[in-house]
Amino acid sequence: MAELTYRDAVARGIAQEMERDADVVFLGEDVARAGGVFKATVGLLEQFGPLRVRDTPISEQAILGAAMGAAMTGLKPIAEIMFSDFFAVCFDYFANEFSKSRYMTAGQVKCPLVVRTANGGGTRFGAQHSQSVENWVMMIPGLKVVAPSTPLDVVGLMAASVRDPDPVVFLEHKSLYAVKGEVPDGEIVDTLGSARIVRAGKDATILALAMMVPRALEAAEKLKAEHGYDCEVIDVRSLVPLDTQTILGSVSRTHRVFTVEENPRLCGWGAELISIVSEEAFYSLDAPPLRITTPHIPLPSAANLEDLAIPSVERIAEVVGRSLAA
Amino acid sequence: MAKTATTREKPTTPSDGIGTELRLRMYRMLVEIREAEQRAYDLFLQNLVKGTSHLSLGQEAVAVGCAAAMEPGDLTFCTYRGHAHTLARGVPVEKVLGELMGRDNGLLRGKGGSMHLTSVEHGVMGSYAIVGAHLPIACGAAWRAQLKGATDISVCFFGDGTTNIGAFHEALNLAAIWSLPVVFVCENNLYMEYTPISEVTAVEDPAAGRASAYGLDRILIDGQDADVVYRTAKAAYDKARAGGGPSLIECKTYRYSGHSRADPAKYRPAGELDEWRQQRDPVRIYRKRALESGIGEDALAAVDRDARRKIDEATETCKAAPLPSADLLMTDVYADGGSAWRN
Repeated sequence: MAELTYRDAVARGIAQEMERDADVVFLGEDVARAGGVFKATVGLLEQFGPLRVRDTPISEQAILGAAMGAAMTGLKPIAEIMFSDFFAVCFDYFANEFSKSRYMTAGQVKCPLVVRTANGGGTRFGAQHSQSVENWVMMIPGLKVVAPSTPLDVVGLMAASVRDPDPVVFLEHKSLYAVKGEVPDGEIVDTLGSARIVRAGKDATILALAMMVPRALEAAEKLKAEHGYDCEVIDVRSLVPLDTQTILGSVSRTHRVFTVEENPRLCGWGAELISIVSEEAFYSLDAPPLRITTPHIPLPSAANLEDLAIPSVERIAEVVGRSLAA
Repeated sequence: MAKTATTREKPTTPSDGIGTELRLRMYRMLVEIREAEQRAYDLFLQNLVKGTSHLSLGQEAVAVGCAAAMEPGDLTFCTYRGHAHTLARGVPVEKVLGELMGRDNGLLRGKGGSMHLTSVEHGVMGSYAIVGAHLPIACGAAWRAQLKGATDISVCFFGDGTTNIGAFHEALNLAAIWSLPVVFVCENNLYMEYTPISEVTAVEDPAAGRASAYGLDRILIDGQDADVVYRTAKAAYDKARAGGGPSLIECKTYRYSGHSRADPAKYRPAGELDEWRQQRDPVRIYRKRALESGIGEDALAAVDRDARRKIDEATETCKAAPLPSADLLMTDVYADGGSAWRN
């Protein structure tokens, strides 16, 4: 058992899979010699050589196109898009290419690839380097979408993503890179499509993702300490496939549901989850489901403004507490 | 016709080393593609093909010359104007027409349509309807060959309009810096959809004029002459296979129909189409070449007859084929064969 940072867990997860399977390759901007701008891929070039770990030009379309061409002819590429905001310059590949090729070709073309990226805010980088874009990719049929919140999940979900036969978008949270956590030695392989109850409770279900998970946990402790409320916190982990059974099971016990989303409000993933709960567990609910989100705004750069925008421990506790007190 | 005067390739002579067998094979491919494309158009008029369709009538020699020079296992990446490239790799014509007609016997069982013809078993790795998207994809396939020490090459076809989109430049640069075994073939049919390519492009030759930016040779050829295309393609393939990196070939050609089904092509100057049809028709040029090289009129007439019969039979097969069953709607979104995104 070692204590690893979330950042080191990325390299550990990729290395585990590259060691296991010679068809796993890795490409992106500054990922090889520089070890990544977030230093999340340090050592991979040295371990696996320049043919399997390749620096690319600033060409996001070429990165994803090349990953797709390699995937459909037998490799299992991991492509890095440095910031998830840059998905917008290569969105064709998400929206039209590797997501649809299997369906359009009646199963002939297969694209087992992973796109990993630094997603999310909290780093004062401003509106073009801080977005949470999970809803951009979640809406596209054919993609799978995961977002780990701990170093252990980074390793296990990376392995599951690389081994998955479908294209997977792997959203790392840039504000979690420095977070430390216990990661057992040896091979770790997790499962896509499994949410995890990270805090059991009976009074409310709080659904969270990535950086919102530690905040939701802290809010739950605050609510316990200050009001005696006992909230269940679920790390959704995987938006597609979505583990609705864990979510619906929790709501049937707690009778209240809240989502904590870093994405801007409109069409955020929480809306889909609330829709499912409303359609399928309506009579379990004791109160309206509530979404706690970033407002429908671009993210500002100034620290105080960014902190106001993204759901905070205080805001989560306030919204949940107010609902429970009503 | 001024544009074709820029062709740099010398005229082909009958004694150029392309033997009777290959010449007859290329003639057959030209005629079959011509007949199939004409049939696709006719079936549209009969409302048996719906949606849209982008025909290669007039451009057949590019697909034929390039495909004839490929080895089994080489990979084709084409655009929404991809019927010809798909047929040229040996995909049965009834599978192509069946797909256009939305039948269960189609290549993609009706799930792709005219713009997405794909036959992995024939090396046709897809037809892409987002301009430029497949150039980087072809790079990726070539990267795999390079990494695995495989000898196959990737051949990527696209139109003149593609040279003005970002993915073209990203792909050319990546292919060049990684020295990938990929050959890019630009079919310059003079029009970017409804607009003359010369009006919207900074250089006279949209692909060849950009080659030097990526350290590549300027290659501009007559795309109406299947022999010229074949020899140029073969040289580029040999270079790629030998580790010499990518090539960019610009073929001057002309499409007889509009951009798509919806386009009557009224933007063309009067007489231009007739001039190309009469003087630069790839089938006519090649028929003459075949006769000059000693292939008899009888043999060519037999090819013409066989091609027509083959297309007729394929048409009847497709008309009789069932529609795709409703359960196909929800299949093959994910690798488990289905479309489930939740438990």
